Amino acid sequence: MDFGPIFENYRLYLDGLALTLQLVFWALVIGLVFAVPLAVMRISTNPLVNGPVWAFTYFFRGTPLLVQMFLLYYGLGQMQFMIDLSQSLTFLKDAYWYALVAFTLNTCAYTTEIFRGAIVGTPYGEIEAARACGMSRLQTYRRVILPSAFRRALPAYSNEVIFMLHGSALASVITIIDLTGAGRIVASRYYNPFEAFIAVGVLYFCITFALVGGFKLLEQRWFAHLRPREEPTARQKARQPA
Amino acid sequence: MEGFDELIDYIPLMLEGSVVTLTVAFVSLGIALVLGLITASLKLSGSRLGRGVAGVYTTVIRGVPDLVLMLLIFFGGQIQVNNIGAYFGWDYIDVDAFTAGTITIGFIFGAYMAETFRGAFLAVPVGLLEAGYAYGMSKHQVFFRILVPQMMRHALPGLGNNWLVLMKVTALVSVIGLHDLVFRAGQAGGTTREPFLFYLFVALMFLAFTTVSIWFLNWLERRYSAGVRRA
Repeated sequence: MDFGPIFENYRLYLDGLALTLQLVFWALVIGLVFAVPLAVMRISTNPLVNGPVWAFTYFFRGTPLLVQMFLLYYGLGQMQFMIDLSQSLTFLKDAYWYALVAFTLNTCAYTTEIFRGAIVGTPYGEIEAARACGMSRLQTYRRVILPSAFRRALPAYSNEVIFMLHGSALASVITIIDLTGAGRIVASRYYNPFEAFIAVGVLYFCITFALVGGFKLLEQRWFAHLRPREEPTARQKARQPA
Repeated sequence: MEGFDELIDYIPLMLEGSVVTLTVAFVSLGIALVLGLITASLKLSGSRLGRGVAGVYTTVIRGVPDLVLMLLIFFGGQIQVNNIGAYFGWDYIDVDAFTAGTITIGFIFGAYMAETFRGAFLAVPVGLLEAGYAYGMSKHQVFFRILVPQMMRHALPGLGNNWLVLMKVTALVSVIGLHDLVFRAGQAGGTTREPFLFYLFVALMFLAFTTVSIWFLNWLERRYSAGVRRA
């Protein structure tokens, strides 16, 4: 095994890494922003409100991300009106935007369902208490339901972030030179797929575990009130009446 | 849509692709179940080496994207296998896309299955196993007659989720050139210049697979929880 060509091309890998992180970051942020209102709509009992959101999440969670990306990039991108449109808006010719839109829709669908679960899981006492304090529906959502739901959604959401990071490798299939794309270029240029993809794997592995660590810290902070109380010391015990 | 007649013409080709997709899915599921059971047993075993190997396996798999693993095994594995082959003086060995695809997917989901099985094994009350031993069953008999049927009930929800994800991951084999549903849609969409229609058809096929799987899983879950009182 010879990792020489990989170190020679470290810039390619770093640029790919930056692109991967950028794609994942924007997909997650935009997906999250849309997921919150969609989750609230999804729990509505009105079928006209909840139906379309159900169909959206069912479609995007039930089909492979690769197919969604192809549907947008090859399907939509080659329709006449999109070709006409890209004459004036040249950025539409770039595969980057198709990947970004596909990733955003995909992560948005998953996040919506994660939040729906978390919102449904709100203890009813909390909502009753908010009502009893005279809060309106909007206030109840803003002050009580959503903060507590975000907290409960965090473990599932951290998994979704990891899945999105791993899913973003698919961008390399539609010509984007992300981290995986960089590996493919090196692999075909030097005919060393084994070393080239191991390097890619190691980098993804490092990001994944950095993210896992970050979420652990966040969970410690957000779940501080749920941690078991420290054992009372001998002196505190002595002070307590028997 | 105007390309609709063309879609009808290509239905046989698409069905052929579906068969490939489903074959890949079922073969990888088999590999994943076996690997998962072995890894879960290793994780719960007393052997420190076994636990270490299982721990490294599940951690590494969950840290690396499936596509990267597939490219590594398909393109990299080919070279490595023949390097080893040259050392032992074997003939040239061709790692085809089907083998590489199913091994990769089975290998990835083995790690996820292991976690599911581990939790499910731990959920079986020890008393049940002890009762089995008290009846004079051997270790082997207790495992297959008591532990596995009892553990299945706890494992099913996780198993079902893994299966649904696995089915979608099979779409990746089109990237390494296997003629599955997605690959066929690419071909047909290219010739007829109706890629949108064909990829939409593929998406609907996957939705159909998912829906049928969910029905089947619900039925299985009811079967395996026979005798459990519901609140």
